Amino acid sequence: MIEVKNLVKKYGEQVAVDHLDFRLEPGRIYGFLGPNGAGKSTTMNMMTGYLGATEGTIEINGHDILKEPEAAKRHIGYLPEIPPLYTDMTVSEYLYFAAELKGIAKKEWEKAVQEVMQAVRLEEVQMRLIRNLSKGYRQRVGLAQALLGFPEILILDEPMVGLDPKQIIEIRELIRGLGNKHTVILSSHILAEVREICDYILIISRGKLVAGDTPENLEHLLNGQNTLELEAKAGLEETRDILKKVPEIIRAQIERTEEGTAFAKVHTEPAGRNGLGKKTDVREKIFFAFSEAACPLLLLKPSKASLEEVFMQLTQGGEQIQETGSDASFSMKEEEGSEVSSVQEEGTEASFVQEEEGTEASFIQEEGQLEGSGIKGEKKEGGR
Amino acid sequence: MCAIYKRELRSYFRSMVGCVFVAFLVAFTGIYFTAYNLTAGYPYFSYTLSGSLIVFLVGIPLITMRSFSEERKNKTDQLLLTAPVSLTKVVLGKYLAMASVIALPNLIFCLFPLLIKMNGTAYLKVDYISIAVFFLLGCVYVAIGMFLSSLTESQMIAFLSTFGVLLVLYLWDGILGFLPSSALSCMIGVILILSIPVFYIWQMTSNWIVSAVLEAICVAGCVGTYVMHAELFENLLTKLLGNLAFADVFTGITENQIVDLGGIALYISVIAVFIFLTIQAIQKRRWS
Repeated sequence: MIEVKNLVKKYGEQVAVDHLDFRLEPGRIYGFLGPNGAGKSTTMNMMTGYLGATEGTIEINGHDILKEPEAAKRHIGYLPEIPPLYTDMTVSEYLYFAAELKGIAKKEWEKAVQEVMQAVRLEEVQMRLIRNLSKGYRQRVGLAQALLGFPEILILDEPMVGLDPKQIIEIRELIRGLGNKHTVILSSHILAEVREICDYILIISRGKLVAGDTPENLEHLLNGQNTLELEAKAGLEETRDILKKVPEIIRAQIERTEEGTAFAKVHTEPAGRNGLGKKTDVREKIFFAFSEAACPLLLLKPSKASLEEVFMQLTQGGEQIQETGSDASFSMKEEEGSEVSSVQEEGTEASFVQEEEGTEASFIQEEGQLEGSGIKGEKKEGGR
Repeated sequence: MCAIYKRELRSYFRSMVGCVFVAFLVAFTGIYFTAYNLTAGYPYFSYTLSGSLIVFLVGIPLITMRSFSEERKNKTDQLLLTAPVSLTKVVLGKYLAMASVIALPNLIFCLFPLLIKMNGTAYLKVDYISIAVFFLLGCVYVAIGMFLSSLTESQMIAFLSTFGVLLVLYLWDGILGFLPSSALSCMIGVILILSIPVFYIWQMTSNWIVSAVLEAICVAGCVGTYVMHAELFENLLTKLLGNLAFADVFTGITENQIVDLGGIALYISVIAVFIFLTIQAIQKRRWS
C-alpha cells in the first residue's frame, strides 16, 4: 500500500508536483496519466526514494520512504523512464547483480533470475552484452530488473515503450496477472493501453491530481451529453431536416463524405427514463425518423466520450483550449473535405478490425478526429 | 555494498581502464626500477617509487572520472539509489572497488624489493612501508577524484578537474612560497579559508541566517585574536596550507626514511572527509 500525503516538489521556483494526495491499495493496477512535464516521473521518482520531496510524506507499507528508506525500498520494484542498465554487462550478469543489490538471499538468486527472464522472455539473449541489445530488449531487461523477486509494489514508468505488439500483449498479460496480488503503478502515453490494463486512473496535470477514478467512470464524466455518429445516404439538407424532427437532439454537425453520403455527429440529451421507467434510446427515434423519410441509414452508433477526450478536457487549461480552438476552426475551413474523408476512411477501417483489436481501432479513429482539430503532432506520437 | 563492489571491479577490468592503469603504472615503475636499482645499484626501492608518483596524477583521474558521473549520465544511479542499500554503502562499495584497482599494482610492487634483496642488500622495512604509504596516498587521490566525479555528469570535466587538483597538490610546495607571511594578510587568508565551509553550509542548507551567523563568528574570532595576539597569525597560512602537500608524507619516507604518523592520520582523515562530501553531494542532488 502506498500513501502519499501532501506531496510537493519544487525545482527552485518551478513547482513540479503540487500537493498530491492519494492512497494506492494492493491488488490493483493504477495508471498514471498526464501530458509531458506534468510531474509523473517526478512523482514516481519520489515514491521510489530517488528524489527527496520538498514537502509531504510517502509511506510504503507503513514505512516512510525518507525515514526508513531501506525497509521501504525493499517492497518496491522500479522501472524508470530510461532503464538503468549497465551496458558493459551481459543480461544475466546484470540480473544477478540486481538480485544481490535488492537483498535477495544468495540461494534464491538463480530461481529469481530465471523466473523474471522467463516472464519477459529474455532467455535467448541472456549471454549477450546489454550494449548490443535493441531498444525493446533493453526495455525488457529493465522490466525484468523491476520484477526481480516480485516485490509487492511495482512502479513502472512507461513500461511498454519500445516493445513490439506481441510483446506488449504479453507484458500486458503479465502485469494484469501481477495486479491480482501486487500494487502496480504504471504511467503511459498510450491512453488505450492504460484503459485496457488499469483498474484505476490518476490524471495529473501541472503537478496536480485532476482526476482519479476507474476508466469507465472517467468516461461517464463526459457522457452527460451523449454523442451519436450516423451516416445516411442522403444530402446535407435532407439529413438536417430529418434530424430536426427528433426533439432530443440538441446539436448536430453534418458533413458530406466523398462517397456522397452524409455523416453527422449528433449531440443528444442525456439518456433519461420514460414514464414506465424504461431507458429511452434516441437511436430508436432517429432510426424511425430516417425510415419514415425512406432514407437508408448506413451507420448509427454511439460515440462515447473516449478517455482521450476526458484527458484533453482535464489536462488543458482555459487558455490552451482557446488556442487550439481557433486553430481547429482554421484547419476545418482549409481542408474540410480531405479531413472528413480521412475520418471516414479510418472509420471504416476501424469497424473492420474492431472485433480483434477493439481498443486499437477506436484509437485510430480518435486520431483521425484529432487531426482535424489541429493537435496532430502530439496525438500521433501517442498513437504510434 | 558487496554487489556494487564486485560489479565495479569487474567493470574496471572489462572496460580496460583498470588494465591500462595497472599496466601503465607497473611499466613506468619498471623502467625506473631498471634505471635506479638494477643499473645504478641504488638499494632503496622507495626512491624508485617516488618517481612513479607522477603517474598517479594522470592515472587516478582516469580511474575515478567515471565513478559517479557516468552513473548519473546513464541514469543507472536510479537503480542504485532506489535499491534497499544505503547511500553510504553505495559510495563505499564504489570507493573500495577503486581502491582495489590501485592496490593491484602496489601488490606487484611488493616483488621489486625482493629482486633487490636477491642481488644484494635491501631495506625491506622502508620499502614496504613506502609501498603502503604510496597506496594510501593513491587512496587519498581516489577520494578526491570520486568527490569531483560526483559533482558533474561529464566524465571529461571530472577527469580534468581531478587532474588539475592533483597537479596543484603535487606542486603545492612551490605554490606555498608565494603565500604572504605577514600577520594581517594571514588573518585575511584564514578568514577566506573559513568562509569556504560556511559557503558550503549555506549551499547545503540554503539557510541564510545560520550561515551569516557562522560567518560573523569566524570573522569576529579572527579579528579579535588578531587584535590581541597578532603574532599568532605570523606564517600561519603557510603552516596551515602546508598540510595540503599530501605527497610530503610519502616523500619523507622515500627521501629521509622518516615515517610521519601524523601524516598518515591526515591521509585517513582526508579520505573520510571526501567520502563524506561525496555522500553529501549525491544527497544534495536528490533534494534540489
